[in-house]
Amino acid sequence: MPGIFIDIEVDEAVASDAELAQKLSEVCAVDIFALRNGKLEIIEDNLDECVLCDLCIEAAPKGALRVIKLYE
Amino acid sequence: MRFYEYEAKALFARHDLPLGARRVVNSADEARAAAAEIGGPVVVKSQVLSGGRMKAGAVRFADTPDEAAAHYQAVLPIIVNGERARAVLIEAQSRVAQEYFASVTWDGRAKRPVLLFSDMGGIDIEEVAASHPEHLSRTHFSSLLPVTERVAKEGIAAVGVSGAALNRLTPIVHRLLLIFLRYDLTLAEINPLARLEDGRFIVLDGHLDMEAEARSEHAALLDELGIDSSETRLARPPTAFEIEGARRNAIDHRGVAGNVVEFDGDLGLVIGAGGGSLTLFDAIRRQGGRPANYCEIGGNPSVAKTANLTELILSKPGVEKIAVMMNVVSNTRVDIVARGVIKGCLRAGVNPSEAIAVFRIPGSWEGEGFKILEHYGVAYCDRSVSMFDAAGRAVAKLGAG
Repeated sequence: MPGIFIDIEVDEAVASDAELAQKLSEVCAVDIFALRNGKLEIIEDNLDECVLCDLCIEAAPKGALRVIKLYE
Repeated sequence: MRFYEYEAKALFARHDLPLGARRVVNSADEARAAAAEIGGPVVVKSQVLSGGRMKAGAVRFADTPDEAAAHYQAVLPIIVNGERARAVLIEAQSRVAQEYFASVTWDGRAKRPVLLFSDMGGIDIEEVAASHPEHLSRTHFSSLLPVTERVAKEGIAAVGVSGAALNRLTPIVHRLLLIFLRYDLTLAEINPLARLEDGRFIVLDGHLDMEAEARSEHAALLDELGIDSSETRLARPPTAFEIEGARRNAIDHRGVAGNVVEFDGDLGLVIGAGGGSLTLFDAIRRQGGRPANYCEIGGNPSVAKTANLTELILSKPGVEKIAVMMNVVSNTRVDIVARGVIKGCLRAGVNPSEAIAVFRIPGSWEGEGFKILEHYGVAYCDRSVSMFDAAGRAVAKLGAG
């Protein structure tokens, strides 16, 4: 189920980078990211748990990952 | 969580408090055998968590083993304040010269534990406080520093006890203080604490109440005492609503969004933070509202957990509106709670702007929280509105339909 407060957009180059996917899964405290079959998977059920810490944004190449507040 | 008398005495025995010979029995034959083994006159006491046993006839005196067996049969079926006996305690009768009262509990206003001591034990202590205040002492002490015998001695001496009685009572009351602190109790009481005709002191009855949240800390002790983890030991059995609240709270370890208690009102409450639940519950009632529930939310629960609680409260028949109110929050985030309650409303199939009568949670991340509330058209207020006034707004809104 997609988030109703938070969405996350990831560039395709990031999504297919297994190393980066692993890094994102480690930095996210609320398990929004996972590494599946060598690719990045976003766990939709956890999107609304995002605490806006920006650690994922910092872990990804600049501008390649965006956290969208759906209420703005 | 209350202890039965026989459990309290088992704990007292571990700490060398003076007790009479006693046996817990579960049949008339066991009662007869226990009385014979103890020898002499005995007391036959129904084991219930409620007070009022004597008045209900659930405590009787027997001079012979056969009489003890007959009393067992008589007291076992007696319902005391709605409670059936768990077992029966057979205890040696004592030749009492004087009865005392010793109790340790928390003084919420002083924010410290307090020893209450009286030389008028065996009767209702509220009655002593009202009619003979000079016979009741209150001695506060620190829960952080080691508690010494001096605290006990001061409390006992304050009602005029001196000499040998003071010297003999002091270690007993001191041990009660230690038991209170060691086992995270909210009440540790001996009443009566009797002086026998030969000058010795003995615990005739005891009441212990453990902080429910400390149960896991003392799991080994509770296990040894035979207290099953499924026993709630509450004043009444939990309702299906409360059981479901506990289940939802336990799903996720993050924060608390539970401790739900069901009431018969029509305004659902999502409340908490730093003692805020009790304050806000009282505020709703003072403003003329009728709470549908009590609950506690804090420690930064997840969005899912808050949503689960909100959905549950809105599922209660007759509840169309909820008041979401907390004290000023620090570690719990306003925006996370806002997301949770809105999500819970949507899952319950109601419009958050109509179902949330008031949202009053100031503090951490409130700016972000207020943006979310505005997006969904939910009425909110910041800390410039007191908890009492916020409660008034919620009650007014409910009245307006």
